[in-house]
Amino acid sequence: MMPAMEQRYETVIGLEVHLQFSTQTKIFCGCANVFGQQANSQTCPVCLGLPGALPVLNQKALEYAIKVALALDCRINTLVKFDRKNYYYPDLPKGYQISQYDKPIAQDGHLLVADENGTTKRIGIKRAHLEEDAGKLIHDDQTNSSFVDYNRTGTPLMEIVSEPDLRSAKEAYDYLQALKLTLQYLHVSDCDMEKGSLRCDANVSLRIKGTSSFGTKVEIKNMNSFKAVRAALEFEERRQQEILVSGARVVQETRLWNDAKALTLPMRSKEEAHDYRYFPEPDLVPFVLEESMIASIRCSVPELPRAKYERLRQTYGLSEYDTNIIAADQDIADFFEACAKLYGDTKKIANWLSGPLLQEMNARKVGLKDMRVTPQDFIVLLQKMAENVLSNLAAKETLKYMLDTGKGAVLVIEERGLAQLSDSAALIKIVEDVICQNESVVQSIRAGKESAVGFLVGQAMRQSQGKANPKMIGAIIRNKLLGSSITEAY
Amino acid sequence: MTRATKIITQDDVKYIASLSRVHLQKEETQHLTKDLEGILHYVHKLERLDVREIDPTSHVLPLKNVYRCDEVRSSLKQAEVMQLAIQQQNGFLKVPKVI
Ligand SMILES: [Zn+2]
Repeated sequence: MMPAMEQRYETVIGLEVHLQFSTQTKIFCGCANVFGQQANSQTCPVCLGLPGALPVLNQKALEYAIKVALALDCRINTLVKFDRKNYYYPDLPKGYQISQYDKPIAQDGHLLVADENGTTKRIGIKRAHLEEDAGKLIHDDQTNSSFVDYNRTGTPLMEIVSEPDLRSAKEAYDYLQALKLTLQYLHVSDCDMEKGSLRCDANVSLRIKGTSSFGTKVEIKNMNSFKAVRAALEFEERRQQEILVSGARVVQETRLWNDAKALTLPMRSKEEAHDYRYFPEPDLVPFVLEESMIASIRCSVPELPRAKYERLRQTYGLSEYDTNIIAADQDIADFFEACAKLYGDTKKIANWLSGPLLQEMNARKVGLKDMRVTPQDFIVLLQKMAENVLSNLAAKETLKYMLDTGKGAVLVIEERGLAQLSDSAALIKIVEDVICQNESVVQSIRAGKESAVGFLVGQAMRQSQGKANPKMIGAIIRNKLLGSSITEAY
Repeated sequence: MTRATKIITQDDVKYIASLSRVHLQKEETQHLTKDLEGILHYVHKLERLDVREIDPTSHVLPLKNVYRCDEVRSSLKQAEVMQLAIQQQNGFLKVPKVI
């Protein structure tokens, strides 16, 4: 394909994200909202749609929806009503889904999305509405049947629909990441794509660059990870491009991403014209949101990731890399700021947070909240390094023991004998031993091969079991062999 | 009542029946079309009313803001749910394959 042809087209993507709320109970009944239970053990007459059972809205679900709406800078419709979306499918016991049609709770919001160069783009949020999740189906070819589990039926769900503002698979991926992080900050969902608490469908079309009308769009479903979203959109972009370049037309359809084959395939089920015959839900009375209710929820919206990022960068002069890592986790950001109040070297704090501490967190597969270290302890550790009591390596060891035992840095250093050897008499003795043991290296250094000093430093460090102050060792060796001043090292 | 314009045709009824998974005989379709036509004509009387001064209503009850606290109540047992199923297997409802 000619590159010139490719450049003629522009990709247009809009994402539909479904977010499961982590409320205690379902949206319209008191069944527990939990994942991974025995099939069909979390249902009741309401969520099974048994005759006569009536839904009652979970106030928490409504509050969470408002919180999301505020975080996405949406206009909130203060008259909340629900509608029935009618269709027949075995995962929908009532034969309809309670959703919102003409008056979604939130409209016309936006999210700022930054790429890796730090350039931000405003992605519009067309609408976001509250609805109930459907059940889960497992298809079995052997018995030619489907198995239904209604535990998920009635889980509170918010559908967040972006404007078709995304112009590449990469941009869609960045938007999804930014959206997820924002939603995580709100603590309304665990946002786990693997578990299905965050799900994403996409509308993809291509158009000639510079035109404003949209091409025929294809809906992509079944993308079960962030990686899959990006791969599916990249594939679909290429597929449509090839069709258009060949002079053919893109067919409007729903396609499923096949992760194993790494391609999208048309959905095989008989595509019925979508005719959901929406009408107002008669079993739920309307909800009028008081300004005071919205105001109190507004107070519960924390500083959001983008704002936090900007503030951390400006206030503490951190690198983009460190700031991204710190702002990606509220607990880490809080920890960082608690440390910054106690200790002036914020770069050091950031380095040690995004480096050794994060490594320990990953190795232990726990969040910062479950790590046995306080900002005070952490600062003592950094201070001991600055005072040359701990070498870099010994500090990492100290941190490990601190996390294992929950003990403070001072105690760990003492108990484990991790303090650096800075007593010059002892260090000189070690250097003298090393010089005796490595005659040929010593000669080459004297002959001008100064780079070999590093080897002797290594030997001395080994002999001291890592406790020697490497800078002092280096200075003593240079002094002995090359006659340079010891104080140069300080 | 004038019947000059048809509000609903037999094709409309067949379409609605198919959406609702209802299988109708020819006579049933004719019969239902006539019935629904009558109902719709009756409802169309409302169009003669002047509703310019009336706010849209989404619900007929004079109630609003009926919430429930986010507190868990006990669910049905799996065995109870299975009794409701036409076919079941290992705690799942079993239906003809849909994909
Ligand atoms: Zn229930």
